[in-house]
Amino acid sequence: MATKISIWDVTIIKNAIRDSFLKLSVRHQIRNPVMFTVYISCLLTSGLWVQAIIGKGDAPPLFILMITSWLWFTLLFANFAEAMAEGRGKAQAEALRKARRDIIAKKLSKPDRHSKMTLVKSIKLRADDIVLVEAGDFIPSDGEVIEGIASVNESAITGESAPVIRESGGDRSAVTGGTQVISDWLIVRITANPGETFLDKMISLVEGAKRQKTPNELALTILLAALTLVFLLVCTTLLPFSIYSVTAAGMGKIISITVLVSLFVCLAPTTIGGLLSAIGIAGMDRMIQANVIATSGHAVEAAGDVDVLLLDKTGTITLGNRQATELIPADGVQIETLADAAQLASLADETPEGRSIVVLVKQKYGLRGRDISELGATFIPFTAQTRMSGANLPGRQIRKGAEQAIEIYVKQMNGIFPESVKKSVRVIASKGGTPLIVAEGATVLGVIHLKDIVKGGISERFAELRQMGIKTIMVTGDNPLTAAAIAAEAGADDFLANATPEDKLKLIRQLQAQGHLVAMTGDGTNDAPALAQADVAVAMNTGTQAAKEAGNLVDLDSNPTKLIEVIEIGKQLLMTRGSLTTFSIANDIAKYFAILPAAFAGTYPVLNALNIMHLSTPESAILSAVIFNALIIIFLIPLALRGVTYQHVSAASLLRNNVLIYGVSGLLIPFAGIKIIDLLLTGILHVL
Amino acid sequence: MILENVFYPLAFYFLVLLLCVKPLGAYMARVYEGKPCGLDFILSPVERLIYRLCAIHPEKEMGWKKYLFCLLFLNLFGALFVYGIFRLQHFLPLNPQSFNNVSPALAFNTATSFITNTNWQAYGGENTLSYFSQMTALTVQNFLSAATGMAILIAFIRGLIRHETNTLGNAWVDITRSILYILLPLSLALSLALTSQGVIQNFSAYKKINSIEHSQEQIIPMGPAASQIAIKELGSNGGGFFNANSAHPYENPTPISNFLEMLAILLIPAALCYTFGVMVKDKRQGWAILFAMLFIFIPLLSITIWAENHSNPMFTALGIESAGNMEGKETRFGIVDSTLWAAAATATSNGSVNSALDSFTPLGGLIPLWLIHLGEVVFGGVGSGLYGMLLIIIITVFIAGLMVGRTPEYLGKKIEPYEMKMASIAALIMPLVVLLLTALGVVTSAGTSSIQNPGAHGFSEILYAFTSMGGNNGSAFAGLNANTFFYNTLGGIEMLISRFWAAIPILAIAGSLVRKKIIPINAGTLPTHTPLFIILLISVILVLGALTFFPALTLGPIVEQFTFWRTYGY
Repeated sequence: MATKISIWDVTIIKNAIRDSFLKLSVRHQIRNPVMFTVYISCLLTSGLWVQAIIGKGDAPPLFILMITSWLWFTLLFANFAEAMAEGRGKAQAEALRKARRDIIAKKLSKPDRHSKMTLVKSIKLRADDIVLVEAGDFIPSDGEVIEGIASVNESAITGESAPVIRESGGDRSAVTGGTQVISDWLIVRITANPGETFLDKMISLVEGAKRQKTPNELALTILLAALTLVFLLVCTTLLPFSIYSVTAAGMGKIISITVLVSLFVCLAPTTIGGLLSAIGIAGMDRMIQANVIATSGHAVEAAGDVDVLLLDKTGTITLGNRQATELIPADGVQIETLADAAQLASLADETPEGRSIVVLVKQKYGLRGRDISELGATFIPFTAQTRMSGANLPGRQIRKGAEQAIEIYVKQMNGIFPESVKKSVRVIASKGGTPLIVAEGATVLGVIHLKDIVKGGISERFAELRQMGIKTIMVTGDNPLTAAAIAAEAGADDFLANATPEDKLKLIRQLQAQGHLVAMTGDGTNDAPALAQADVAVAMNTGTQAAKEAGNLVDLDSNPTKLIEVIEIGKQLLMTRGSLTTFSIANDIAKYFAILPAAFAGTYPVLNALNIMHLSTPESAILSAVIFNALIIIFLIPLALRGVTYQHVSAASLLRNNVLIYGVSGLLIPFAGIKIIDLLLTGILHVL
Repeated sequence: MILENVFYPLAFYFLVLLLCVKPLGAYMARVYEGKPCGLDFILSPVERLIYRLCAIHPEKEMGWKKYLFCLLFLNLFGALFVYGIFRLQHFLPLNPQSFNNVSPALAFNTATSFITNTNWQAYGGENTLSYFSQMTALTVQNFLSAATGMAILIAFIRGLIRHETNTLGNAWVDITRSILYILLPLSLALSLALTSQGVIQNFSAYKKINSIEHSQEQIIPMGPAASQIAIKELGSNGGGFFNANSAHPYENPTPISNFLEMLAILLIPAALCYTFGVMVKDKRQGWAILFAMLFIFIPLLSITIWAENHSNPMFTALGIESAGNMEGKETRFGIVDSTLWAAAATATSNGSVNSALDSFTPLGGLIPLWLIHLGEVVFGGVGSGLYGMLLIIIITVFIAGLMVGRTPEYLGKKIEPYEMKMASIAALIMPLVVLLLTALGVVTSAGTSSIQNPGAHGFSEILYAFTSMGGNNGSAFAGLNANTFFYNTLGGIEMLISRFWAAIPILAIAGSLVRKKIIPINAGTLPTHTPLFIILLISVILVLGALTFFPALTLGPIVEQFTFWRTYGY
């Protein structure tokens, strides 16, 4: 996203307040069964209030009015929570819409830069149209580059201002509508029809317009609805129970409908019920903040369940290129001699490996770079036939290359390939490195150890994942020996060597058959089948259209380690739901102690013993419970939006922590809260 | 004093119970897994003969709907059979007292009561039913209803352990094996042991004797009691042969018979936890459930014992010394054995009594009532207790699973919207019928006219009656004339709904779970055998039970107890 917006942005709050009233429509309320019962309760007590004003009422009109207003507040607070969660998404959607302004596209009659060109509006473009985009133009719609190479500014989508290269063929051919070509030109085949572009999808996703209840949210809604039903039953049957008791005791008054409704709303899981959709929306929003676009809420939830992670070695676990880390001279050769030869052979070698050799000898052996032309040297580039590179200096022929190539080279010059070097080669290979032999003329000088460099901090990351119960599998095209060594160094649990895209797909299927949920990242077209098969598939935004379509999440930063963050967000979402459910249910105990003595002490005075909070009057006790029930929603909005903090510990410890925090506090807080509200109410009444 | 009179007998009881859990549990697991169990040499020819006679194909597996249909069919047939016998009792043999046909409402109530494993008795056995009715109608249903509960449990367990398939086993086989290999041998052994203590077993006509005082004539009822008492306790049925149930000297003559019968009440429900552990191949899961049950049972039992050990302050005020509240209790059992029985028979859905619950202190009577309110999952009925418990575990796992950030799962099976829907339906049924019918009972004259004690105690009596029938427990608080058209009919319907409406969602969950994959366990999996999970499970059971029934209990026993304390001090 181009801009990060704070949750507490003033416009968002303003809009949310407006929306909380708009959301009072029946059509909206009926979607949430728990809050819908509160809605009905509000209407009922409002009616009772009117009845109390115009005639004989169920209770004093002022009391009913106070209860009714707080019941409406309960509803408004829940709406406010949802509106707040939607707020940031809406603001972002607004920003994205600006990127979708009308663009005049240069439509070509055939894929040739000089063919007939017509100017059409971008919204008129359909799939398979061909357009030309030149420097300064905006790309009119999603498409695939079929000719040309250009740098493109994609900041409107990714928030990343550095331009990226887009070219025909390969894995960097996809372009997104609304991005701008900075230099050169492209011929693009449009791949999306109007309204189906990536930008359109993103807008509807961040807006939450197409939000459907995810399976887990649905299951929780069912549980909450069942609890609500139980409490509805408890409260309705209290009326006959009260009638019997009043007759039997011969004193007191039959419980009023207002009190029964208050009791019901207090007991119903309104806290979690009111915050449930806000939690879901906030979860999607956190993904967006992490620059990941989820194509469905389902994917976010599934991310929390993932227990196997497939990670590509190159770029994810290791830095992209191998680097020289060590020089091992042959027996009887000075290390300086080897370093000197290695440097000379690599000075003009522009490959990353060659450059890393120059850097190594400079850092380790203090040999500064020399100008190859001053030395009168000629560079011998690598060819597929010789499989060597090097330099020819006056009187010196220096070569570096793979073991077999150098062996043939020195034998041709009647040299011998020393045993000590062969041994070093084996040692390096067993460590997962690549040996590069350096020879001068017929003499083998020694070996350069080229090594995959594991990214800093990756093994700690993997250890954390292991604690979370997630297994990491490294996928690489390397041979098993090299793969094993790197996997061990990085701390991956397992590896797939000599991997082809088919192997990857097979591995995923096999893991899934064992019951695992598999996550992976990918960018190439050949990753698409595996991405489609994986339960959570993060496609890189730089990747091909096929990969993006196969994935259920798109990472705009194209950062392969993002997967770990995605999993955390998924877990956080579920944890927030669970913790607030526990909190909500635990709250009910205190509410009974507030309302039951208030409702029945008139009939059975001994029940005052249950008034353990010593609330001042029955009316104030009931009102305090209702007010607490409404205010707690407001207090928990930040938690619902931010999510419960996720720690990298085992499930058992997580459970213990969350039960202690949310269960125990859920039990105790309402006792304190209701007492404080009662004291305030009594104080206010006293002053009045 | 307390050590000798309270602690030692209880410790001995629980020790013996726990010692039986493992061998019996392991034996039952072998029975249900179809493995050799030691009795095959006698029983398997019988078993094969039964299958041949009934044209049962034991190897034919059933999906959940078929399994359910078989059980419902069997029970419907059983109900009609019992109803028929009662209505024709007068024309049938073995009726030395020539009792008349049973009235339609009572016959309906009793038939549903015995097929649902409730054994609510709105009649007195010795002055209503012939020996033929007791034996062919009631004792047979005692076996069948217990076996039905066990079969549903086993089907549910198969739903957890099998994966990616559709079938849960064969209902006829599970019923047959439950009876043949488990209930019959145990009942045989227990009834023999009971007759050694003096429990009667004969077909004689009632004896007339002249009592010593005032040379009045007294009638002593007779009958085949021992054979019915054994299965009554083992199968968590609880329907007494005589009206006084297990307080009657011919049902329960000595402390030894009392001990054996109390042991039999908890025996199978406790051992099934171990069976569960063996069948899911993780015994810790079974122990965790058993411990959760014990940790609810023992504290609640202690409260009852504490309450009953207080002498009645009304007597003390009159200058009468008494060691605890002995009203309504048999002197040959005393307070501890009476309260232990009351707690055990209400924690399980057994519902037999050896003392009058109506005469307990309010707090002492509240505990048995609340034990039924907890859903009959603390031990519960044979089979039904554990499947009820598994249902609550599913709900607990759902909330706890969310708290660890994963889609909740139990034993590797994911808990999804369908399971939650069915679990919610199953869990809702008991509170629904109990609260609605109690509400109906306390505001209609048909309901209140049966009350014998006015005030809050009358409320407790109606609440207890509908709780007992709604929980398929069958114990009576007494003090309420339950043999009326109102209570017989509504109670009969209530028992049917509670038992069979719950069976449908339970088997539906099993049918859904059996199709799922088993997710491998790792560090991210919520462990369901740890002390923390046990505490959580206990909390869910207690909180759900309290939240649902606290208001009703407040207006009954709680008011009574507070009044008691307010009047006589604490």
